[in-house]
Amino acid sequence: MLRQLEGSRAVAEAVGLCRPEVVCAYPISPQTHIIEGIGALVKSGALEHCEFINVESEFAAMSVCIGASAAGARAYTATASQGLLYMMEAVYNASGLGLPVVMTLANRAIGAPINIWNDHSDAMAVRDAGWIQLFAETNQEAVDLHVQAFRLAEELSMPVMVCMDGFILTHAVEAVEMPTQAQVDAFVPPYEPRQVLDPADPVSIGAMVGPEAFEEVRYLAHVKQLQALERIPAVAAEFAAAFGRTSGGLVHGYRCEDAEVIVVALGSVLGTIKDAVDELRQRQVRVGVVGVGSFRPFPEAALRDALGDAATVVVVEKALAPGAGGILARDVTMAAAGGGAEVRTVIAGLGGRPITKASLAAVIEAAGRGELEALHFLDLDHTLVDRELARMGTQRRSGPAAENILRDVGVVSARVR
Amino acid sequence: MAMQPVKFYQTGSFAVGNRLLPVRYRTVQSDAGRTNSLNSGHRACQGCGEALGARYALDAAMRAANGKMIAVNATGCLEVFSTPYPETSWRVPWLHSLFANAPSVATGVAAALRAKGRHDVRVVAQAGDGGTVDIGFACLSGMFERNDDVLFICYDNQGYMNTGVQRSSATPPAARTATTEAVGPEPGNPFGQGKDVARLATAHGIPYVATATVAELHDLEYKVHRAMEVHGARYLHVFVPCPLGWQAASSDTVRLARLAKETGLFPVYEAEHGEVTSVSRIRRPLPVEEYLRPQGRYRHLFAGEGRPDIVARLQAMADANIRRYGLLGPDEGAGDGPATLADDPAPAAGGGR
Repeated sequence: MLRQLEGSRAVAEAVGLCRPEVVCAYPISPQTHIIEGIGALVKSGALEHCEFINVESEFAAMSVCIGASAAGARAYTATASQGLLYMMEAVYNASGLGLPVVMTLANRAIGAPINIWNDHSDAMAVRDAGWIQLFAETNQEAVDLHVQAFRLAEELSMPVMVCMDGFILTHAVEAVEMPTQAQVDAFVPPYEPRQVLDPADPVSIGAMVGPEAFEEVRYLAHVKQLQALERIPAVAAEFAAAFGRTSGGLVHGYRCEDAEVIVVALGSVLGTIKDAVDELRQRQVRVGVVGVGSFRPFPEAALRDALGDAATVVVVEKALAPGAGGILARDVTMAAAGGGAEVRTVIAGLGGRPITKASLAAVIEAAGRGELEALHFLDLDHTLVDRELARMGTQRRSGPAAENILRDVGVVSARVR
Repeated sequence: MAMQPVKFYQTGSFAVGNRLLPVRYRTVQSDAGRTNSLNSGHRACQGCGEALGARYALDAAMRAANGKMIAVNATGCLEVFSTPYPETSWRVPWLHSLFANAPSVATGVAAALRAKGRHDVRVVAQAGDGGTVDIGFACLSGMFERNDDVLFICYDNQGYMNTGVQRSSATPPAARTATTEAVGPEPGNPFGQGKDVARLATAHGIPYVATATVAELHDLEYKVHRAMEVHGARYLHVFVPCPLGWQAASSDTVRLARLAKETGLFPVYEAEHGEVTSVSRIRRPLPVEEYLRPQGRYRHLFAGEGRPDIVARLQAMADANIRRYGLLGPDEGAGDGPATLADDPAPAAGGGR
C-alpha cells in the first residue's frame, strides 16, 4: 500500500516487519525517529517477541546486539556519525565474530567541528570493518534494503549496514510502498544461526587467535564479501520478483548508453544528479550516471561494465580523506583501471552543504571539456579559506579556525537568497 | 541444659571443614558431578587466584542454574589463558567480545533468551578489575541501572596483569606497578585515588552485591548461589591475589587473600537493594604489615629504614573499613559462620555470613 511516510518511520516499520528479536538503541540525530518508531512498535505490543533496550552508549548498543546475535536472536540497531565512531570497536567485533547484525546508518558528518547534517564521512570511516554497506537512493529503497539486509546478513552470517542520508532521507516525507507482513515473512525466513550459545551444545565464541591462523580467519572475511558480491544481486532479483519493484543490487546505470562522461555517486544525491543529467541530455551532452548500491563489497567488475567506454568518470562524493582526496574515487579508479577513462573527484555536500543541479551541471560540463581538475571541491568558498590561511600565516595565535571562518561568514540568514 | 553452639575452626579460618558438613552443605567443588566449567589444561600462572575464583564461581553458578548457563567474558588474563585457539578450557557456552563491553554483551544474551522465552537459561558475565572498574565501568553501570538479568563477577587482582602489571583504579595505594614504580618520595600508587566498585554497585540499588575472597571458597560458592537465587542485576567482587603482579609466592595466594580480609583491607560483605545486609567479621585482627610483607610490590615499604609512615596510612585505611562495616562487631554469632547447621536454610553454608 502506498503511504505518505517520513523515511525514518517507514524504515522503523520495515524493520518491524522483519521481526527483530532484540533492538538496541542510543539516540543520535538524525537516527532518532527510527528507534523511536521501533520503540513504539514494541511498547504497544504490535511487534511481539522483541526486546527493546535503551542503553547508555552506542558502544553498548552494538555490544548488546553482539550478545543477542550470538545467543541466536535477530538483532538490530541504528546510529550515525559520532555514534558510529563511538561503537567502532564493537562494529569490527560483530563482523569478526560473523554475527548477522543489521544496522541503519543515518549518514551524518563527523566532527570537529561538530555538525549534525548529512555527508558520508561516517560510512567511509568503517569501510574496512568487514560489514556489507548498502546505500539507499530513496526512502523506498531504504525500506526495501532493510528487508534484503536481514536476508543477506543471515544467509552469509555477516553484519549489514544500510546507509541512508541523514535528514535528506530520514526526515523526508514521501510516498512509500510498504510491504505486507506476509510478503516479508515469505522473504525473510526465521533466523537459523551458524553458531549459537546453547547450554545443550556448549561452544566457545571469540577465542584468541595467534599468527598461526589469524590470516586464514581474516581471509574468510574477504571470501564472505566476495560471496556477498554474488548474493546481493541475486537477493535483489528475488526481491524484484516477490515485491514487483527494483531495489538494491550492486550498481545502477542511468542513461549511460553512448555516454562520454559518467558520474558515479552513492545515496540520495543520485536523484539530483539524474535531474542534472536529464537537462544536459536535452542539450545533447552525452552524460550518464552510475549509482553504487553496494559500497562494501565493492563491485569492481560490475562498475567496470557499467562505465563502458566513457572517456571521463566524475566521482561525486560526500566524504573527504584529508591528504588524499576522494575515498569512493580511489575504488572507482581501481575499477576503471586499464579502461583508459580519466577519473575526476568532486568533493561535495560536506556537512549538509546543498548539492545543486546547477553546480553539478557546471562540473560535468567542465569534465566533458577536459577542464575539470583531478580533485575539485564543489562550491568551495576560496575567499573564506584564503582569509583564514592568511591569518594563520601572519600570527601564531590565530585562534580556532572554525570560529574564525564563522565570524567571516557572518549572519547565516544574510546568505539565504 | 545449656546449649553450646558448635564452632568449626579447624582450618584456621571460618571456613568449615567440608567433611564435617552434611552432604547438602558441602562445596560444589567437592561434588564429583561438578561441571568443571573452567577445565584443567589452561595456561594460567601457578597459584593464579583468578583461575581458582573463576572455577569455583562458575561451577557454583552452573549448579544453581541447573546446568543451563551462558558465560560472557571480557578481554583479560582469564580470556587469554583459557582460550588460546584452537583450544578452550570452557565447558559452558562462552562468548568473548571485547575488553570494555562484557556487561552489555551479557545484557544482549539475556535479552535474546527473554525474547525466545528461554527463562530457564541464566547469564553470567566475568571480567578482571580493569574490565570492571576502568574500561568496562560505563557498560557495567548501564547494566546495573537497567537491572538487566545478569550476574557480573569481577575477579580483582588489583591491576592490569595480562599486559605486564600496570596500575588500574583498583590498584591499592603504595603498591608498585609498572606504571607506578616504587621510586621517589611517594613510591608506588598514590593515595587518595581508586574506585570501590562494590560500593558503587550497592549505590545502584541492585538486588544483590557481595564481596568474597579465594581464601573462603565455601563463602564464595554460597554468594554465587545466593546471587543466582534472585533475578536482575547482581554483582560479585572477588579478591584474587596475583603471584606474578604482586611478586608473591604462588603458594601464598590463599594466605594473602585471607590476610587481606583479616587485616580489614578487603571487607567481605553482602548488600541487597542498596543496603549492607551482612559482613564477614574478622576473627583475630591482624596488622596490615602481615599482609604487606610477603608481597614484592610493597617491598619498598620495608627495605632499609622502611616507610612506617606509609604503612601507618595503609593501616588507617584498614581501620576505616573495620569501622565502616563493623568488622569487629559484638554480634559473635554473625561472625562465626553457621553456628547451628540444622537451622540454616542455605543449601551451601559458608563461613562468616
